[in-house]
Amino acid sequence: MNLQNPKKFKMMIDQAHDVAINVLRPISRKYDKAEHAYPKELDMLASLIDGMNEGGEGINAGAAGAGKRGDSDNEGILNGTNMSTALGIIEMCYGDTGLLLSMPRQGLGNSAIAAVANDEQLERFKGTWAAMAITEPGCGSDSAAIRTTATKDGDDYILNGEKIFVTSGERADSVVVWATLDRKAGRAAIKSFVVPKGTPGMKVERLEHKLGIKASDTAVINFTDCRVPAENLLGNAEVDVAKGFAGVMETFDNTRPLVAAMAIGCAKASLERIKEIFKDQLDANYSTPYLQASNLAAQIYRMEAEWEAARLLMLKATWMADNKKPNSKEASIAKAKAGRVGNEITLKCVELAASVGYNEDELLEKWARDSKILDIFEGTQQIQQLIIARRELGKSSSELK
Amino acid sequence: MTSMINKAQGLGLSLITKLAGSDVLDQLKLRKFVEKSLYQGSKAGFRALSQTQKAFKPKQISQQRLPQQQKNLFDLSLTEEQKMTSDAMSQFAQEVLLGLAHDADHAAEFPESLWQYIEDLGLNYYALPEALGGVASEQNIVSNLLIAEKLAEGDFSLTAGLLSTFSVINAITRWGSTEVQSMYLPCFAEDSDITATFAIQEATPAFNPYELKTKATLENDQFYIDGEKTLVILGDLADIFLVNADFNGKPDVFVVQCNESISIKNSPAMGLKATETATLRFNHIPALRLGAADFDYTAFLDLGNLMWCAMAVGTCEAVKAYCIKYANERTAFGEPISHRQSVAFMVADMAIEIDAMRMLILNAASLAESGRPFHREAYLAHLLCAEKSMKIGTDGVQILGGHGFTKEHPVERWYRDLRATAILQSGLHA
Repeated sequence: MNLQNPKKFKMMIDQAHDVAINVLRPISRKYDKAEHAYPKELDMLASLIDGMNEGGEGINAGAAGAGKRGDSDNEGILNGTNMSTALGIIEMCYGDTGLLLSMPRQGLGNSAIAAVANDEQLERFKGTWAAMAITEPGCGSDSAAIRTTATKDGDDYILNGEKIFVTSGERADSVVVWATLDRKAGRAAIKSFVVPKGTPGMKVERLEHKLGIKASDTAVINFTDCRVPAENLLGNAEVDVAKGFAGVMETFDNTRPLVAAMAIGCAKASLERIKEIFKDQLDANYSTPYLQASNLAAQIYRMEAEWEAARLLMLKATWMADNKKPNSKEASIAKAKAGRVGNEITLKCVELAASVGYNEDELLEKWARDSKILDIFEGTQQIQQLIIARRELGKSSSELK
Repeated sequence: MTSMINKAQGLGLSLITKLAGSDVLDQLKLRKFVEKSLYQGSKAGFRALSQTQKAFKPKQISQQRLPQQQKNLFDLSLTEEQKMTSDAMSQFAQEVLLGLAHDADHAAEFPESLWQYIEDLGLNYYALPEALGGVASEQNIVSNLLIAEKLAEGDFSLTAGLLSTFSVINAITRWGSTEVQSMYLPCFAEDSDITATFAIQEATPAFNPYELKTKATLENDQFYIDGEKTLVILGDLADIFLVNADFNGKPDVFVVQCNESISIKNSPAMGLKATETATLRFNHIPALRLGAADFDYTAFLDLGNLMWCAMAVGTCEAVKAYCIKYANERTAFGEPISHRQSVAFMVADMAIEIDAMRMLILNAASLAESGRPFHREAYLAHLLCAEKSMKIGTDGVQILGGHGFTKEHPVERWYRDLRATAILQSGLHA
């Protein structure tokens, strides 16, 4: 039993921390202000990270690292890519969550490709920067209600529909689009398609103006008779009612812990800053019993306990993924806990610092805005609770709605 | 009947004497209750300990310290041994503790039958080092906490009672000076009847274990303890007490043997009833200092707090399991109440926070057994467990509604017991 970060990831974590401090923090406010401007500083960073990854265990700054299928003949306990990616993400989001989400070639679409693509597709889409398009104006958490259609036409599929909330939808090289082959067949008919940027019929309508993570662009994309080759359908083209949605949902088991890691990284920034601000009121050795601590100190210790809990739950979910243990419930637990705790901590830190926290002179107010999305995307708090509750209570989605 | 009347007359309560002779009592099934209260009443006030003093035969042994464990990868898997022990404890909790818990709580008595089980489970041998015939070959803090968690799925209070002697052995093995270890460890190994407990809490609001009213003094190379301790588990049955006291302005821990000059008063509390909580008064009682040069009072407290935290996790698992069963069976408005998100989400939150508590506890324990600093982790674990376990306790009663408020269901007992997680400092030891 050991819940400390493995030593072999220490160098990677330190590198990511350096990047956060020296590359991301200095431009954090700049791109919070210049919403929709492309953070060109990230291009060099992305190349650097690609280079490190070629050399083995580098930073997987984004979702691309998740779900990579490790060599299954490895004996014993593994600390693998799911965990190292998450540990890297914590540090990067400690730098800036919006910029992490804007990292080239590290999009959620890359994660979907890594999780469900066949070998030929893995090779063909290598090096692409893939965004993920799931949400529609009429369907959010209820992804089974997707209305975007994919109609087979010869060797192609023709996509029609509107996608919203596509992170890096304008900047990415391609978009992984969820669409249904047959609306009447329900979830089993939902498949994902890689649509390269510039494909005729695909149009970025507009970019959203948001509460936080402004450095990351969030696009509305329309697909009008958009033709993609059949071999761009990720995974199996069969509509298998028995297996159904499972394949698509598996991606979430790997990506939810990573969004949890983002919340943990973002909250780490706030927590560290608030401890710095109040260092004279805090007891560095935790030698004052909780009941004797000042109200200020007690609130900070409480946040720290919650933060540690979120961090360890997240690591548990990644550890299970690395060791091929089914982790749907644990992934949702990690996401639910980190989402709520991350938001609570960043908001509380603004409250404790009062005007200093609310003012734009500090980044505390920014982190409090950035953290909100982390309790929403990749499954809201309430969706995670539903998933966990159904598991615990043994209920189907038609019983516990 | 006669004895009851005598007891009542002894207390000079003529009204109750009259009541005792009346048939109304039997008709209303109040007799047991009244008898019980009289019995408790007659026990009120300080008296001498009922346990007779044991003669301890010290045997010179070399100082025992269990080696630390080596760790490298992040790993949540249990060893084969941990799995087996956890399963055995779980089974015992379900088959024995769960069944005894209600009556033990109601009677505020630790069930006689459990003493035999302590021996059967071999708990003390988990704690004793190999050199003394035990099975502990290295520091097993994670394993000890798993034992506590699994037992507490059966009952919180009974687990505390079951683990008090075990905990004292752990503490003496980890911290004891050669003198203390020679005095007690061989005896624990040879005589499974020896029971031991902790006398740590004081009746001070917002009790701070670093500021103690109980004093230790040194006279002619002999320590003496003066002061009062409360919430002592199985205080009336213990042969040995670990007592914390202020010595020269610093908190320290001492070993005290059962002694007729220690007076005891039953002090029933909100929960922990089956542990027969008592208040003890030490009036210049001879004592040995527990620790050697490596004694760390904070770590001593932390390793106790972690035990309560682990037990809270176990009991919260019991709350969750009970609520799941109830919510799935109980129907309202034509369907099980578990089909309502307001109920289902409470259960989801229980699952989230139980695992959250467990992670913090295991992190602290794993650091501790590998010899690394763990106070921060133990501090945060205690803080989180105090809050979350009580939240689960109160939600457990809430899900059952009015039924949860009655003694027909165990959730009200768990509610009372779980409140102790935040209150107790030390009192057990991993």
